[in-house]
Formats: sequence, structure tokens, C-alpha cells
Amino acid sequence: MTVFLQQLINGLSLGAIYALIALGYTMVYGTLSLINFAHSEVFMMGAFMALYLARWTGADVHPSIASVSLVVVGTMAFCAVLGMTIERLAYRPLRKSGRLNLLITAIGVSMLLRNGTLIACGPLASFPTLLPEAQWQLADGLTVRSMDVITLSVTLVLMVALHHIVERTQMGRAMRAVSHSRDAAALMGIPVDRVIAFTFALGSSLAGAAAFLRAVDMHKIDPEMGTNMGLKAFVAAVLGGIGSIPGAVVGAILLGLSETFVSGYLTSTYRDAIAFCLLIVILLFRPSGILGKHAPEKV
Amino acid sequence: MAAPVMTRSALIGWVVLAAAIGGVWAIQELAVPWTDPYYTDIVVRVGMNLLAVMGLALVLGFTGQFSLGHAGFMAVGAYTAGALNMYLHWHPVACLVAGGLSAAIAGVIVGLPSLRLVGDYLAVVTLGFNGIIIVLIQNAEWLGGAKGMIGLPTFTNFGWTFTFVLLGGMALRNLIASGQGRVFQAVRDNEIATRSLGIDTTRVKVTAFVIGAFWAGIAGGLVAFHRGSIFPTQFQYDRSIELVAMVVLGGTGSLSGPLIASSVLTALPEVLRPIAQYRMVIYALLLIGMMILRPTGLLGARELTDVLRFKKKSAA
Repeated sequence: MTVFLQQLINGLSLGAIYALIALGYTMVYGTLSLINFAHSEVFMMGAFMALYLARWTGADVHPSIASVSLVVVGTMAFCAVLGMTIERLAYRPLRKSGRLNLLITAIGVSMLLRNGTLIACGPLASFPTLLPEAQWQLADGLTVRSMDVITLSVTLVLMVALHHIVERTQMGRAMRAVSHSRDAAALMGIPVDRVIAFTFALGSSLAGAAAFLRAVDMHKIDPEMGTNMGLKAFVAAVLGGIGSIPGAVVGAILLGLSETFVSGYLTSTYRDAIAFCLLIVILLFRPSGILGKHAPEKV
Repeated sequence: MAAPVMTRSALIGWVVLAAAIGGVWAIQELAVPWTDPYYTDIVVRVGMNLLAVMGLALVLGFTGQFSLGHAGFMAVGAYTAGALNMYLHWHPVACLVAGGLSAAIAGVIVGLPSLRLVGDYLAVVTLGFNGIIIVLIQNAEWLGGAKGMIGLPTFTNFGWTFTFVLLGGMALRNLIASGQGRVFQAVRDNEIATRSLGIDTTRVKVTAFVIGAFWAGIAGGLVAFHRGSIFPTQFQYDRSIELVAMVVLGGTGSLSGPLIASSVLTALPEVLRPIAQYRMVIYALLLIGMMILRPTGLLGARELTDVLRFKKKSAA
């Protein structure tokens, strides 16, 4: 039972990080029908930005609530601007051309950012301890780390904020309209380009928060860190039904839980295959994901 | 139909193919020993990529199925060929063909359930298949696991690589020009319309997938016998993405376009070696720039022969 609870906590914590990244994939897919391969690189560069901000504010030596908050907000803002810049420079010129072109461009942007970061920041950096690291032994073999509590509460706060933005604000309504039908939204006078830019900013800032949490937890960051996390988060988004915001969260939690349970109860060597097996099984039985809407083809 | 055993143009085709293969072996015997091995190596690597890319050109360019798992089929081919040689001591050519066939079987297994999915979901499932294959190989100790399979013969040379490239190129060119080739393109252009004509589109897609996987398997086998060692990381999804980039840059719906693109993209990192640090950045910028400035790819849906003659040759 303690093993079960322990894996439950670990899985939720991992799933929360996946969810924050997966939301960026799913929102961009909703508006542009694009698998934004560069999103994992936004996550990775967010981690590096958090490192530099921590050094600049002195949070790496004397972490205080003010300086660490500044690091978090600064990282999220940096990622938002980065996401908007990518959209403006690389994706907007291709708005009228095929989806395959957009996809190849996204792959190109991802390679550019990864290799650019490698040249500019080096292959590996250690990340300072910015948050208090405590452990609470609840029972024999059941420990809760402060990092898990922080990850889950930050994620929860951001989810509530996102829900408010998407469901209660003018911009959120515009986002849903563009996601529903871009052409119809444009005819209704919605500034589609601005809405898409906002979607990128919103998704990227969540990836920034995820990057901060992941970097603090892992204590080291590298230019390749986005690749695997991004792929898993994307799989999570597809699991839940790509384009659906609650779906991304459900898919991410499901993925996080299944990964930790498989490595906890079975063997950790097959851990990376679990994501894909789960994906294939779910897509075969529910081709548009758990919460995805099935869109019939029209002639 | 009482067609003759072989038409005149088919005969010419076979003669040209035989002559070209003869030419390849003449180069192998006469020129390769005198060439810097570094350059031969680049040309052989171009050849192996050509094989993988032409299979994907059929799947993605002509049938319109977005597969992100092509490197997975290369892995199946490479490890089948490697294992048959290592444990059963088969001749490398037999291993290559067996590798191609096992990749084709993998193509059926992956293709049958997943080709009912459309567009991006298919891409994701094939990506997932690629990931699973890599994890399975990494956990199979008898295949060398994560440490890789080493100690294979270094059999792949210029002659064998380009013999297979010529065979594959000829086979695919003929396939695309045939009635079956039209069906592939019909599925790409409008799947619903094709289905309404009574064509089993899933079957068509699986066929394309299997043929593409076969040539990827051959390419994988050649990779295995190239350095005499293979590692699971060589066939990860970034390799699949690279292959997709080659097809799209060359032009979807063209066979020669992707072949030119894959030659350039394989050789380019070598040309950029003096500025090694920045070569991946330049590569990425080229990819983005090309997509923005020339979205149809190098040749679009045309072939090199169309471009050179400035008009399409009427079918004989």
C-alpha cells in the first residue's frame, strides 16, 4: 500500500510537469493544427533563462521569496516572448502554405534553438537549489518531498488561472473561436493573428514554469533536456485528445502515473516504451484521444 | 491480354539498368581503390540515405501518409541483417534481403491497425512505433542492447550500395508510373473520392507502407555492414525526422527531388566541417529558409527529367 501511495505521489508530480508542457502543444494544435516541435526547445531555453536569472538576482546564493518569484515570473515572461517570436518569424510567413511545410519549419526551429543553445550555453550546467528541500516521512517507505508539494500546487494554481483565461475572458473566448474555425472567426472580426500570438505566449509561459520546476528538481540542465520531455508531453496531449485543454491534463496525469507505476512495480528499463504503448492502444480504440472530439470527414 | 513478353521500352529499361549496375561495379573496381576513402565514405552514406528516402518518398510524397517512424524500419532491417550474419553466418546479401523482408513484415504489423488513422495521428503512432522498437532493442541483450551490436563484417561498399540504389530506384519509378502508382496518388489527392470509386484505400496505404519499409530495411542492413557495428541510437526518431525533411525539401510527389535533397543534406555537414561548431545551426536555418522561400520543395511534384526537358515526356 505504501508503495502504491509513493508511486501515486511520484506519478502525479511527474504528470504535473508533463501537463504544463502538454498544454502548450495542445493549444497551438487547436489554433494552427501544427505539432509545434519547437515547444520542447522553449521549455529547455526556459531552464537556461531561469539559471541566468537566478545568478543575476543572486537567488543562487541567497534564495529569498522575492528573488525566486522574480526568477519564476522572469522565466515565464521570457518563454512567452520566445514563443511569440518563433510564431512571428517562422510560422506566420507560412500561414497560407501546407501543413507539412509548417511542420518541417517547426523541426528546423527546434534544431536551430537546440544547437544555438549548445553553442551559447555549453553542453551541461548545474542548477542551484532555489527552493527549500524538505522530506516528510508519512509512513514507512512513504516520503513526500517539498518539491512534489510545490510542483503540484504551482501546477494547480496555473491550471486555475488558465481555466479562467480561456473560459472567462474576451481573449479566451476568441481563442476558443479560432480553435473552432479560424475562417469563421476571422469573418466575425476576431484578430486571428493576435489571438494565435497570444496562444503561443500562454502555452510557452506554462512551459517556462515547467522548466523552472524541472530544473530545480533535477539540479542540472542541458540543451537536450527538452527533447525527451517534449516528446512525452506531446504524447500526453495526443492521449488526452489533441486540441482539448482538459484532455492534455488528463493525458499527462495518466502518462505520469503509468510511467511511475511501471518502473515501480515492473522494471524501469521499459519505462520509455510505456508512453508509446499506451498511446497506440488508446488511439486504436479511441482514434481522437480520451477527451478529443471526433470530427467526421466532410466531402 | 495477349501482351508480348516484353515491350521494346521495357527491354531498353532492363538494358539500361544492367549497364548502370555494370558501370557502378566498374567504378567500384577501377576508381574506388584510387579515391580518398573519406570521399568514398561520404558517397556510400549518401547512397544508404537515398534508399531510405526513396521508400519514404513513396509513402509520404506519393501516397500522402505522414510517417514519422521510417528509421524504425531501418532499425528492424539493420538488426535482422546483423543477427542473421552473427548467429547463422548468412551471406551479407542474403542478410540484406532478409532485413528488407522483415522490415516489410513490420510494416504490415504497424500499418494494418494504424493506417486507418488520419494525418497527424498516424504520424504520432509511427513515431511511437519507432520509440518502442528502440526500447526493445536496447533491452535485448542478444542484440547487443544499448551497447550496440559489434563485430559484423564491413561488407557495404560503393558497388553494393549503388546496385541496391539502382534496383530500388528502377522498381519505384516503374511502380509510380504504373496503374498502382496512380492509385497511390489518388489516395494522396483525395482519399474519400478514391474510396467512392471502390478502391480499398487502407489496403493501398498498407501496400505503400510495406514497400517503403522494405527499402528502409535494405538501407538499414547496409548501415549495419557499413562500419560493422550498429547502435540503437542511430535509428531514433530524429533520424526519421531527418528523412521526412529530405522528402519535403526535395518535393512531395517527386522521386528525383528527394534523392537530390538527401544527397545534398547528407554531404552538407561534411562540407561545413571546417565550421563544425555552427554546421547544425546553418543546416537548421537552411531548412527554415527553404520552407519559407520555396514551400513546394526543390522540384515540387516534378521529376528531374521534366525540368531538364522543360516538358513532360508523353508516355510511350
